Amino acid sequence: MHLAPDPELAAFRQEVRAFIAANLPAAVRRTLERGGRADRAELTAWTRTLHARGWAVPHWPQRWGGTGWDPLRLMIFRDEIQRFPAPETLSFGTSMLGPVLYTFGSEAQQQRFLPRIATLEDWWCQGFSEPGAGSDLASLTTRAVREGEAYILDGQKAWTSYAQYADWMFLLARTDKTATKQRGISFLLVDLRSPGITIQPTRTIDGGAEVNEVFFDSVRVPAANLVGEEHRGWDYAKFLLAHERSGHARVGLAKLRLRLVREAAGDLLADPGFHRRLVALEAEVKALEMTQLRVVSEERRVATGASDPVASILKIRGSELQQAAAALWLEAAGPDAQRWTENDDGSDAASAWLNLRKLSIYGGSNEIQRTIIAKTVLGL
Amino acid sequence: MTMDFAPSEEQRLLVDTLRRALKADEAVARILASLDQTSGWSRLRWQALADLGVLALPFEEADGGLAASPETMMLAMIEFGRAVVIEPVWSTLILGGSAVRHAGSAAQRERLIARIIDGSLTLAFAHGEPGSRWQRTLVRTRARCTDGQWHLTGQKHTVLFGASADEIVVSARCFGSDDAAEGIGLFLVPAAAAGLSRKGYRTQDALEAADLVLDEVVGEPLGDTSLGAAALERILDDATAGAIAEAVGAMEEALQLTIGYLKTRQQFGRPIGDFQALQHRAANLYIAVEQARSMAFYAAAAQHEAGPARSAALAAALAVTITSARLVAEEAIQLHGGIGMTMEYRLGHLVKRLAMLEPRFGSREVVLDQLARHGGLAGEM
Ligand SMILES: Cc1cc2nc3c(=O)[nH]c(=O)nc-3n(C[C@H](O)[C@H](O)[C@H](O)COP(=O)(O)OP(=O)(O)OC[C@H]3O[C@@H](n4cnc5c(N)ncnc54)[C@H](O)[C@@H]3O)c2cc1C
Repeated sequence: MHLAPDPELAAFRQEVRAFIAANLPAAVRRTLERGGRADRAELTAWTRTLHARGWAVPHWPQRWGGTGWDPLRLMIFRDEIQRFPAPETLSFGTSMLGPVLYTFGSEAQQQRFLPRIATLEDWWCQGFSEPGAGSDLASLTTRAVREGEAYILDGQKAWTSYAQYADWMFLLARTDKTATKQRGISFLLVDLRSPGITIQPTRTIDGGAEVNEVFFDSVRVPAANLVGEEHRGWDYAKFLLAHERSGHARVGLAKLRLRLVREAAGDLLADPGFHRRLVALEAEVKALEMTQLRVVSEERRVATGASDPVASILKIRGSELQQAAAALWLEAAGPDAQRWTENDDGSDAASAWLNLRKLSIYGGSNEIQRTIIAKTVLGL
Repeated sequence: MTMDFAPSEEQRLLVDTLRRALKADEAVARILASLDQTSGWSRLRWQALADLGVLALPFEEADGGLAASPETMMLAMIEFGRAVVIEPVWSTLILGGSAVRHAGSAAQRERLIARIIDGSLTLAFAHGEPGSRWQRTLVRTRARCTDGQWHLTGQKHTVLFGASADEIVVSARCFGSDDAAEGIGLFLVPAAAAGLSRKGYRTQDALEAADLVLDEVVGEPLGDTSLGAAALERILDDATAGAIAEAVGAMEEALQLTIGYLKTRQQFGRPIGDFQALQHRAANLYIAVEQARSMAFYAAAAQHEAGPARSAALAAALAVTITSARLVAEEAIQLHGGIGMTMEYRLGHLVKRLAMLEPRFGSREVVLDQLARHGGLAGEM
């Protein structure tokens, strides 16, 4: 055990930081600092900037555009993007579907979709949740019936983030009603321009237009768009969710928010109570960063690829600390936080506080994560 | 060189050796037996630690020590915490040992360290005073130099192992106002010094402590008296890192006991660990312990650094540890029910050690204020 800082990693961090500083438009940075998000055009341009540098999908296999970085460098890269702040690439494609396709997809699916994910030519959304299937995802009822060379899709998805921008959706549908809950589900790729699809926005309390309901009425999905084997979709979904969970620490975003709170605080720093709350959060964020470093170093050592249940700590603490940082931002904003400006990018203290409620709900709610820890780590 | 969290072969060996020697599961018997005796700790067990080489860990090779890295010291302190050790590790290896290491002259190191290592010399570190409430530089005890000799006058409070120590390192003010950073010197005072009176007692967690009154006691400057303030920071930072690691060991053990209990205690016809309300609280304890453990690593890493960055990092690490320790102490007892409160059960003694973290090293608010004075961790955000 030796824990002194590593100069090579520090140099790598500087290289990433310098690249972002030289290439990210100032307007995008300002939007993100306000708590907003890049629009579709901005995100596409930034993704292509990263792609030109070879950094759009660093965690993918090199054959598909990955960099071959070790887990520590991948972690540092993500941390720098978040804390700068620069936009993260669209996770539905780069972090969720990408790994499923290069692990389980057919050669034709890989050739067709992976390059377009890396450059954001295709905007993907995730169709897992339904009105009746949230945490108990396997109880989903959207069904796909095989007819010749196609599936006919009927049902409804809920909470689909950015479906309004999306070209494609990956989804889970029931293909065998007779099998047990998990066994009769398949993983399908659906072109959202297909006839029979209706997308309706669901407004959220922060004023944002982030999530949607998506309805399927006899939608024809070519059988070639089935990923892996029929009825085995649950396995691919579990693989995807494990990938998703380990990305949830978002330490860089908590760092960013605390940095901005400190800048905005001004005279408030003279209030010992506020100052204590701020430094206590900085310390907690550092603890999470160290925990993440431990998990990542462990991954590098054992390199099994299996997701560590300790990643549940990252999800829980990552979401809690971002929410706590947002609460501190709200406190720092003072009476001004009352102003309601209807916008769709969650760009002020109160809107951010409201919007970030989602962090402990999605990606496997924090209650579900606690149960995972109790059962798989503690053996209860 | 890259950050490596895996213990080396040598470190693993040390941990195994300590586990075998310290016998965490016998802590209750040891502690209860010690409560009947005037001296609360065992010379025999201390000698056993010396024989294992443990007392040589923190000292430089030139002084006959093993020059253990901060990481190795952390691993050792975790084991001491797990076993709720009541021997004078704190006063001799950490506080007093650190004082001799960082402030002592070559001659003093030569005279003292060999005897610490062979187990024949125990130390105490007398810094806190009535009402000083963990303010690092508040020192009212005065040191006056007359006829080439330093005379110390004042009071020292809750000095760990102050009654049984063979020599005591005393902080005293050579010049300046009561809370000035400059002007603090460290002095060696033998236990039998004229004018020194010691009133010993036991602490909640079964350590020994004493209140000292010094009346014109002759002290030998430890190194150069002008080194005082910087040396003091260093000693207290070492102590902070030790406190964090010790607490992590106690927390890990308390968590293990609690999980074991949740699996075996039956109520309503099933193990109480079947109830989700308790499962989630156990998960919270696990998260709290892991966060503190991460901060013990951070504290060890920080000890490779110098100056204010080190002190800030250690304050941050202590703050997180305190938060975790409070939660673990309260929840571990609650999840056990009544048995958790009994003297005959190990958990209570782990909890008592954890509960002394704040009284001993600073309340959470005081520690956060220290961190705030260093500018927080702004540079790392
Ligand atoms: C902003 C936002 C964006 C989203 N984006 C997407 C998306 O793009 N694609 C997608 O597929 N989904 C998306 N989701 C949906 C998200 O995955 C679900 O909200 C989540 O799975 C929880 O489901 P639910 O909302 O139905 O809550 P429920 O599952 O009904 O849970 C309600 C409450 O009960 C608790 N609970 C449930 N089961 C248990 C249990 N066994 N033990 C203890 N407590 C339990 C939950 O933790 C929660 O507190 C999004 C959600 C939000 C809020």
